[in-house]
Amino acid sequence: MASQLVESSVAESVLAVAMANGGEFAEIFAEDRRSTSAGLDDGRVEQVTSGRDRGAGIRVVVGETTGYAYTSDLTERGLETAARAAAAAAKGGGKGVKVVALGSPSSHPVNNIDIDPTSVAKARKVELLLEANEAARSVDGAIVQVSAGYSDARREILVANTEGVFATDAQVRTAFRVSVVANGDSGMQTGYESLGHTMGFELFDRHKVADVGLAAANQAITKLRARPAPSGAMPVVIKCGSGGVLFHEACGHGLEADLIAKGASVYRDRVGQLVASPLVTLVDDGTMSGEWGAIGIDDEGNPSQYNVLIQDGVLTDYMWDYLRARKEGHKVSGNGRRQNYTYLPMVRMTNTYVLNGTEDPEAIVRDTPNGVYVAKLGGGSVNTATGDFVFGMTEAYLIENGQITEPLREGNLIGNGPQVLQDIDLLGNDFAMGSPGTCGKDGQGVPVGDGQPTLRVKSLTIGGTAA
Amino acid sequence: MSSLQEIVDRVVGQAKPGEQVEAFASRGGETSIRVYEGEVEHFVSAQSEGIGIRVIREGRTGFAYAGTLDESAIAEVLGEARDNVAFGTPDEWAGLAEPDGVEPVPQVLWSDALEQFPTAKKIDLAKELERLAIAADSRVRVDEADYQDGWGEVAVATTTGIRRAGRENAANVSVGTLAEDGEDTQTGFGFSVGRDPALFDLQKAAREAADRATRLLGAIKPPSKKVTVVLDPYVTAQFLGVISSTLSGEAVIKGRSLFANRLGEVVASPLITLIDDPTNPLAYTATDLDGEGLAARRNMLIEAGRLNQFVHSSYSARRAGTSSTGNAVRGGYAGGTPGAGCLAMQLAPGTRSQEQLIADVSDGVLIQMVQGLHSGVNPISGDFSTGASGLLIKDGKIGAPVREFTIASTLQRMLMDVVEVGGDIDWLPSRAAGVSLVINDVMMSGE
Repeated sequence: MASQLVESSVAESVLAVAMANGGEFAEIFAEDRRSTSAGLDDGRVEQVTSGRDRGAGIRVVVGETTGYAYTSDLTERGLETAARAAAAAAKGGGKGVKVVALGSPSSHPVNNIDIDPTSVAKARKVELLLEANEAARSVDGAIVQVSAGYSDARREILVANTEGVFATDAQVRTAFRVSVVANGDSGMQTGYESLGHTMGFELFDRHKVADVGLAAANQAITKLRARPAPSGAMPVVIKCGSGGVLFHEACGHGLEADLIAKGASVYRDRVGQLVASPLVTLVDDGTMSGEWGAIGIDDEGNPSQYNVLIQDGVLTDYMWDYLRARKEGHKVSGNGRRQNYTYLPMVRMTNTYVLNGTEDPEAIVRDTPNGVYVAKLGGGSVNTATGDFVFGMTEAYLIENGQITEPLREGNLIGNGPQVLQDIDLLGNDFAMGSPGTCGKDGQGVPVGDGQPTLRVKSLTIGGTAA
Repeated sequence: MSSLQEIVDRVVGQAKPGEQVEAFASRGGETSIRVYEGEVEHFVSAQSEGIGIRVIREGRTGFAYAGTLDESAIAEVLGEARDNVAFGTPDEWAGLAEPDGVEPVPQVLWSDALEQFPTAKKIDLAKELERLAIAADSRVRVDEADYQDGWGEVAVATTTGIRRAGRENAANVSVGTLAEDGEDTQTGFGFSVGRDPALFDLQKAAREAADRATRLLGAIKPPSKKVTVVLDPYVTAQFLGVISSTLSGEAVIKGRSLFANRLGEVVASPLITLIDDPTNPLAYTATDLDGEGLAARRNMLIEAGRLNQFVHSSYSARRAGTSSTGNAVRGGYAGGTPGAGCLAMQLAPGTRSQEQLIADVSDGVLIQMVQGLHSGVNPISGDFSTGASGLLIKDGKIGAPVREFTIASTLQRMLMDVVEVGGDIDWLPSRAAGVSLVINDVMMSGE
């Protein structure tokens, strides 16, 4: 590596300053993020944006208290000022001397970046927008508006702490999105499709942006003839690669050790118990090469891991960050993440998915006399303490007599996590990852992935308007 | 250290002939304290800064930003923004705001008392709030009690003659509660906001957090049927937030507003008068300037049910053939070209209390919380569907608590189906004030 974000000797002396008030643990998290984005709307490339965010956060832990300060000044002086502020905030009582020798940082890349996006001409990025726009508009005269966005970011991080963790990672993410408005007799409808991976510009050798535009346009056109969604509880079949957000909300958040510790999760004290249908094996996997939630190390410097959360319906473990693991005498699980250097890390998911079952996905629909088929889910949210969660359906159809029939207008579905996990009664063999997501928790957003095979929940409440 | 105004003036001074340049710089700080079981769980204290530069040449726009005000970095940002211009599509309406002669209404946005408020007292406030919430009800635990404050100063300058600077600060305390009864757990929250922490009403915040959670204990899943909903002021504020995107001039010119081409028409019940008024000092988001540095002003959006006007930035106004309404909204220094949006909405209140409104409802639900406004509501199609919890209303009386259901309609219909606006206006910490709202014919989906 040409130049390290923070030199080893500087990191050592800053950690010593952070511990000078008698801290028990100190950490430097340094970050340098360069990004490029370009947006098209209304037929025009509106703006190309270049961004640079660079800084470091210093954390000091004394007893149950964490002090945190951050700075955009990565010089030794800037870091030491932040270290003193963090130490003061943690209110360490005495005087401490802790010397840590860091050596060279380690790195644990989960995938190679073939084409660094910063090496690609901006003109090429803008061309992608125009290609997607053209493809979407070619679908139907009813397409009245298209917006498209391209973004790439290279995020270099370095973490050093007083327990000797010293690691770096370069996280490159590239993404593309298209949203479309179609206008018909019954008013306007929208379509949305996105693509995002932890990889470089090779993303566009593997996926065509025109396909993203076509998918978004077709979704909007289909919805022009949508009828109001039904209201009430009924069987719901969720297409592979569209419904991982269900698990993210129904149980993912509830398995985060910080929420468990405060008793704010319905999954507290449930390890070793059957919490889901025995068909369900749920994994959180930060090592999943190329996926949107993939990371070499988490934002506490620990290598990402493949963590089994639920095995054949039985809860096997929660997800952990440094503080929770330290408190409970557990091992960290590579789930300590933060939005950027201005935030404290928390327990967060990475790529969360359900492993394949054995059913033929077409048979799942055929075996469902009446219900709803969800082909594309939107966002969701959960109250982890009650387990009640919602998620939006952005493309859905009625199932009548075992056949997918008419498209439905948008709406939310609502369920209770533990109940819905038990109610999964058919699991397909067609696993696929879904669209890139941004998971929000306590005001911080981090990139996450999700995935699942086609599955059926025997009863979920559809929030439509039709009786 | 240079003042922000000097920094942005220097950038604009480097504009080349034929170039429009806008520089927006900000500096700010925050204190964030979380208390748990009587101890400080975390204490965050820090400052940040940044600059965003927009360059427009021959109708093409380029933008760049950096999270620093370091002089060499600023030079790089200007260079990047210029470089990015070449890739934009020419747009005959592209351009910066120009001074329009409207004088800003002065607002008190800064408090010396808050600036000088001692750290120890900030910690005490969070500890006291936690203690009060626990004391409010034996079934209540607290999972987070927070004190937060922040200050920020901004400056903007353009080659078109805009030159403005300002600063503001604010603080809040909030508490999250868990009420437990046997196997049943429900959650609540309470808060107090303002510029003088000495005036925070901790008792009220604690009481509300405990009530919200305990009221829902024993909640059942209701049947599916059409009902009348009474939206709690907090929920109405969120509902208005959804409505606001349909009133954005930018959504209108780009064909994304379901109210496009409907100016002058009846779009809501005659009881609905919707105003965007950031000059009202009671509004939490009261401000003197919009995101482009023009004076913020009072705009009547819907008057007695009739659509009166949209809100505009200078760009959307130019395209719509009108003038900016002072509603440019900027997403900080990294935000690029400002959009057009509401700044401080309020419904003209009615006269009666929530209790009186409920007394007239024969079969309904008081909606206390909604969940999933971002996932089941589409402001372009108008489809509205959200998870909810609250209390059943039967023959004018509050009944059983209910949860795990949705309420659904369309935005168009809900505005027409409003049967009463309460008199209980509440200046909540959001872009819209809250008020109780009664809406007929909403589909409740449960069992």
